[in-house]
Amino acid sequence: MNKLELSSLYQLTAVRFRLILREPEAIFWIFIFPILLAVGLGIAFRNRPADVLQVGATTTQLTQALAADKGLAASTMDEAAGTRALATGGILLFVVQTPAGLTYRFDDTNPDARTARMIVDRDLQIAGGQRNAVPVENQLIHETGARYIDFVVPGLLGMNLMGSAMWGLGFSIVEARQKKLLKRLVASPMPRWQYLMSFLLSRLIMLVIEVVAFLGFARLVFGVPFRGSLLELAFLCVLTSLAFSALGLLVASRARTMEAASGLMNLVMLPMWILSGVFFSASRFPAIVQPLVRALPLTAAIDAMRGNMLQGMNLGQLALQVGILMAWLVVPFAVSLRIFRWR
Amino acid sequence: MPATAPEQNGPSLLLRGLRKAYSDVVAVDGLDLEVANGECFGLLGPNGAGKTTTIEICEGLTDPDSGSVELLGLNWRTGARELRQRIGIQLQETQFPDKLTVEETLRLFRSFFHHGITVDESIRTAQLEEKRSSRVGGLSGGQKQRLAMACALVGDPELLFLDEPTTGLDPQARRHLWDLVDELKQAGRTIILTTHYMEEAERLCDRVAIMDHGRIIALGTPQQLIASVGAEHIVEFAVTSHEAGAHAATHGVVDADLLKAIPGIQSHRVDAGLHQLSVSELHTAVPRIFAALSAQGLHLSEFRTHSASLEDVFVGLTGRNLRDE
Repeated sequence: MNKLELSSLYQLTAVRFRLILREPEAIFWIFIFPILLAVGLGIAFRNRPADVLQVGATTTQLTQALAADKGLAASTMDEAAGTRALATGGILLFVVQTPAGLTYRFDDTNPDARTARMIVDRDLQIAGGQRNAVPVENQLIHETGARYIDFVVPGLLGMNLMGSAMWGLGFSIVEARQKKLLKRLVASPMPRWQYLMSFLLSRLIMLVIEVVAFLGFARLVFGVPFRGSLLELAFLCVLTSLAFSALGLLVASRARTMEAASGLMNLVMLPMWILSGVFFSASRFPAIVQPLVRALPLTAAIDAMRGNMLQGMNLGQLALQVGILMAWLVVPFAVSLRIFRWR
Repeated sequence: MPATAPEQNGPSLLLRGLRKAYSDVVAVDGLDLEVANGECFGLLGPNGAGKTTTIEICEGLTDPDSGSVELLGLNWRTGARELRQRIGIQLQETQFPDKLTVEETLRLFRSFFHHGITVDESIRTAQLEEKRSSRVGGLSGGQKQRLAMACALVGDPELLFLDEPTTGLDPQARRHLWDLVDELKQAGRTIILTTHYMEEAERLCDRVAIMDHGRIIALGTPQQLIASVGAEHIVEFAVTSHEAGAHAATHGVVDADLLKAIPGIQSHRVDAGLHQLSVSELHTAVPRIFAALSAQGLHLSEFRTHSASLEDVFVGLTGRNLRDE
């Protein structure tokens, strides 16, 4: 045996690592699930090209004038067919040539129909000879960083770090306690701090794989921007993971059964899933609960990551969030070391 | 590597006035005990007698309410770090992680000790060679117990604690584990084990303390304890009346004084219709027992004898069977 294999800290960490890798469900939740979620959300909220609006007209002359507009698809139909198409949603607006001029038939409670009314009217007025009073020019913007996927990726990252740190630490410790393994370890000369340290070390190694896989995917597939320093982003990930590890340790420090631990774990995590702005901005909550929402570790983590990735903020600008995370690291860790039940 | 420490001449374990109460029950009630170096010592008693509490106090896992514990000349307050290195512990019902292999588990435990045997040696001692790369989850009960034993041995301990090492094992696995303990005894290790199987204590232990309600009620070698029953043999019988054709199921009334008058019969007790006699001269006593019963008009429905065991010692002392829970 070489020296490394005789080191108990190495052995404890290696054991943690093996146990994680031999748990297929854990691999799914840590690595595959966040990517699937990102794909799902990416598809659901992708930015679609502007819709083409279906319209109909009674004369080919009118149809030709409208078909020139890329935003419209116009077809010629007689009045009976046009009325039927309107009723079944085949077209949004029907232009009828009357001796006095034109009649637009459409449903004014449908926003798309109102848009069609504006476009059709403008096209036909121009075709009739109307000119712009003021010259205008269109400039189209599709910027990355402002899309929903850009917003949600840091949220998912924070949520994933929270889940893997809390479950990874909390569940394993309570399981070891329930199976009396913890008591057996304490009965051996194992230094206790090394047991807890092995969890943090294996967590940090997993963290690298987890974060790189997820962010790499988000970058390659969705082109999510990284405007801030990558080093600082790495620091934020480590800090977040450690803060949630401390919270997981606290949850696990007394619980004797897995059921009690899962209950506590959900109690701690559920409010954050809802309040911390994973899927929508936390600023939507009323002002009165904002101080509470801002003080949650997941809110701080997600705000900091969004600040770094989307706005290119540096750690100095994120000092409040970093401070909140630090507090969440130090206080639960200190408390759980005091109250930890070793047997 | 010899397990005994030559410089150590005092007792391996010394307990004085040990007391431990939980909220509703006094688990250990004033215990004094001395275990010599190289001895295999057994704590025998029914479940709830306080064996596990006693051994866990010795192992430094439970603090006694009062009393002192000394192991290898050290105590848990000042010498915990050194003690942990020098003792080996097997706890009741430890479940090692299912997804680790036997070898990985032992490597982990070996890494906690500064000195000790190699992982290979521990695997060999516990006869787990074939299971070396198997996951713990796939081991049988006996194999898991031998793994627990191997984990207790990797530090080459001078003092070994085994808490109910064979509880829940089938007879074959139990005998296998006994052989393993025998080997450890040969190597000169001090072993302290708890059990509620009297045959285990008789087979393995140099000395036995019988515990009941947190106290030691008898202490000595198995032979001494069995001799204290006063006779080497136990006769058990049940009777029905001769003429009781209609009430064949009813037990006849035995005149106990008549039986006790027979030479060689030391004591008589009845437990659920089963009469128990402790007998020293079986060959002369048995014909007289038959004669005495027959003279009372009683018919034997059951009759058997066995050599006196620790079970009988316990029954004699408490009036209960070891396994009566």
